[in-house]
Amino acid sequence: MYNVVEPWGLADVQGARTPPSLRVLAYYAYAYKRTWRSSVTTSFLYPVLYLAAMGVGLGSLVNHHVRTVEGVRYLTFLAPGLLAATAMQIGANDSMYPVMAAIKWIRTYFAMLATPLKVRDVLIGHVAWIAVRLSFVATIYLAVMAAFGTVRSPWAVVALPAAVLTGVAFATPLSAFSATQENDQGFITIYRLALIPLFLFSGTFFPVSQLPGWLQPLAEATPLYHGVALSRMLVLGDLRWWPALGDALYLVTLTIIGLVLADRTYHARLVV
Amino acid sequence: MRLGVQAASQPGAQDASAGTPPAVAPSAASAQRSVRSEPLICARGLVKRFGSIVAVDGIDFDIYLGESFGFLGPNGAGKTSTMRMIACMSPVSEGTLRVLGMDPAVDGAKIRARIGLVPQEDSLDLELTVLDNLIIYGRYFDIPRRVIRERAKRLLDFAELTDRAHSKVDPLSGGMKRRLTIARALVSEPDLLILDEPTTGLDPQARHLLWDRLYRLKAQGVTLVITTHYMDEAEQLCDRLVVMNDGRIAAEGTPHSLIERYSTKEVLELRKPLGMTGVAERLAGIADRVEELADRVLLYTDDGDAALEAVRLREFPYEHALVRRSTLEDVFLRLTGRSLID
Repeated sequence: MYNVVEPWGLADVQGARTPPSLRVLAYYAYAYKRTWRSSVTTSFLYPVLYLAAMGVGLGSLVNHHVRTVEGVRYLTFLAPGLLAATAMQIGANDSMYPVMAAIKWIRTYFAMLATPLKVRDVLIGHVAWIAVRLSFVATIYLAVMAAFGTVRSPWAVVALPAAVLTGVAFATPLSAFSATQENDQGFITIYRLALIPLFLFSGTFFPVSQLPGWLQPLAEATPLYHGVALSRMLVLGDLRWWPALGDALYLVTLTIIGLVLADRTYHARLVV
Repeated sequence: MRLGVQAASQPGAQDASAGTPPAVAPSAASAQRSVRSEPLICARGLVKRFGSIVAVDGIDFDIYLGESFGFLGPNGAGKTSTMRMIACMSPVSEGTLRVLGMDPAVDGAKIRARIGLVPQEDSLDLELTVLDNLIIYGRYFDIPRRVIRERAKRLLDFAELTDRAHSKVDPLSGGMKRRLTIARALVSEPDLLILDEPTTGLDPQARHLLWDRLYRLKAQGVTLVITTHYMDEAEQLCDRLVVMNDGRIAAEGTPHSLIERYSTKEVLELRKPLGMTGVAERLAGIADRVEELADRVLLYTDDGDAALEAVRLREFPYEHALVRRSTLEDVFLRLTGRSLID
């Protein structure tokens, strides 16, 4: 039987101290050392630029014509939507090219799988890292939003986990998709057909009620719509329990479906 | 040189203090004899299929503690598939496989905790430093950072990478990357080191340095499992080997015994004129066996010089003649009718 007495005199490996998926998470954190500066800078500049250009610039034009959007200034309306949309972009980015790299280019997953780590540890560790990164970015974003004076409620604190959830809800199904791909062509299609339309038409920049009637239910069925709606309710303090819980439930369900699918596609790809 | 690398003589025994490993495998030879009945790896009727393709077609082998065991064969012979099954990274399609007494299908993670794998394709993180690669990998085994750093010193020394510890992996040469991959596989102090074509694609100098390092590990009693399509590599490093072809084992033995069994003491190689036919008839009776290749004729005999004399007497128009000792290449040719490297 396997019962190695570890030389450092702690628990045997079966009672390992660090859960396997956390060891995977630690790899990403380690690798992040080389990019964190540029990452933090981008995370800070992105909301500043967007809120300045779209919120203040375009916003003054909007305010001039319609005074308020859903009862608030345009900048205030826009900011929580952008938070959710940014979370989507990060969740999607981090579950496409990095997954392809870990399978084909750098082969990180195979290095991990030659050790006691299992496919599930590798998957959960990767998704956990995406969640960690999302929480960094969302924190900075919320701080910038506060500086722009768009935060209207203490519930905005909960917009942080909501943004993480929005990002992860994209990350798990896209990880499942990425693990089936032979090259990065499919990612470009995902951007063109899914992410960019979602970014533009999910209520981030204008209320979905502005869309033609037949398009509204379609927009309301997309995950980003729910992420944006949840984020906006929390940041503006306009909290109604039913839609809020429904939005959260939608995103949690998508996350779980994505995880189940990714578990399958990861196994099919990595264990042959 | 002392290394923190040993074939633990008992599965439960690792060194008691991380900084000072015991004299490496003090009784590897005696341990090898005493556990002869219980192989470290045991395969019976092992099969690996990919859809309708049969990569490994029912092979049997036993690998013992402290042994250096080789799988020799051309590309596509099924070596890598076999290695991946042993390393518990690829499920067995059929047959039985026991590694360290356990079933990979049940205890894959436990087995992998005690194995070091040097895969055919490097999987180093190119953007991280040499040292960081070791630390990251050691963490996958849940070895404390402090212990990894301690081991890393010795391992980098062993891999001749100490002065590159803090440089990124990307610009390193192929040989350096291979040595780092080996060092990385040793960071968990495995009972078993699996090397899948460790020197493929390296220049001769890099290969020799790598061989030297593997030889040191072997001398310290580390159990090595090596695949290669280089016969010289197999002859240098392997105590015992199997010759694989088309997913099957064609022969098994020590390099010496295989040569003795399947070849003659010497070989006379003649480079023949282009387009020449009827070679076998013209050379009939001179050697025990004649193999005709595209550009050369090989005459298997125990006395190469005498055979060359006979060839001259028959006025056979060769361009160049060479008398050499038989190698595993000749064994392979005899067993399969084709050369190792096409």
